[in-house]
Amino acid sequence: MAETVSFFFFAAITIGCALLALLHRNVVNSAFSLLGTLLGLAGFYVMLGADFLAMTQVLIYAGGILVLIIFGLMLTQPDTNERRMGRILAAVAVVGTGALAFWEKIGVATWNAVEVAELGEPGGTVREIGLEFLRRDSWLLPFEFASIVLLAGLVGSVYIARRRFREEEL
Amino acid sequence: MGLSAYLTVGALLFLIGLVMVAARRNLIYVLMGLELILNAANLNLVAFNRFRPGGMEGHLDGQIGAIFVIILAAAEAAIALAIVLNVHSLFETIRPDDIDAMKD
Repeated sequence: MAETVSFFFFAAITIGCALLALLHRNVVNSAFSLLGTLLGLAGFYVMLGADFLAMTQVLIYAGGILVLIIFGLMLTQPDTNERRMGRILAAVAVVGTGALAFWEKIGVATWNAVEVAELGEPGGTVREIGLEFLRRDSWLLPFEFASIVLLAGLVGSVYIARRRFREEEL
Repeated sequence: MGLSAYLTVGALLFLIGLVMVAARRNLIYVLMGLELILNAANLNLVAFNRFRPGGMEGHLDGQIGAIFVIILAAAEAAIALAIVLNVHSLFETIRPDDIDAMKD
């Protein structure tokens, strides 16, 4: 019972904030309501027994990526006048049609599979994930590649975003 | 709540993200839609990991995949925003429809 209540609570937060981000005219408000979506997803992760992932979600998405997005909004001064309602409605129609087919597949195909899994109470996952990341026959190599990707992304974004001095400005 | 409830939330999030990308108001809006799509995929990964037949003890591959998605999303957001800043200084707009030249 409590699980059902919290599921619908987090679902309302997640979907509602995402809809607000989609429909709001002001892009800055969209960015802030994205925060609600990300936090609601962190709640879902806790419900699904992924405590480490929930913490990571709050730290990296809500603390990092969203701040980056808001910085980008502040530095680029987006124009807020809206002229493309027709295109948005077309997108809703197209995607909604696809979603109906998709939803039907989800509803039919997985109700059976849920009963198969006998779920115990989830324990903490931090220790297990740490061990998985550092075992040689497990995820060690992808983990190290991920650090290289992050380093390359850091250096690359600094290089791309640097201020260019043209010849006439010097 | 069963697996398909979580999958439905993931599908709705994916849908909203897709519409945000397709509406193309400005580049940062597109980026926010991309983050929503990646988050929907993450929710599916974690839900499948939870409802794995046989239980999730000792089998956290779905959660680890989600962590890698978060890592790539962070790198992608940093680089995409650097590109957006560059585009803004070059074209003085970040509407995707108005950006139609490879160089000035």
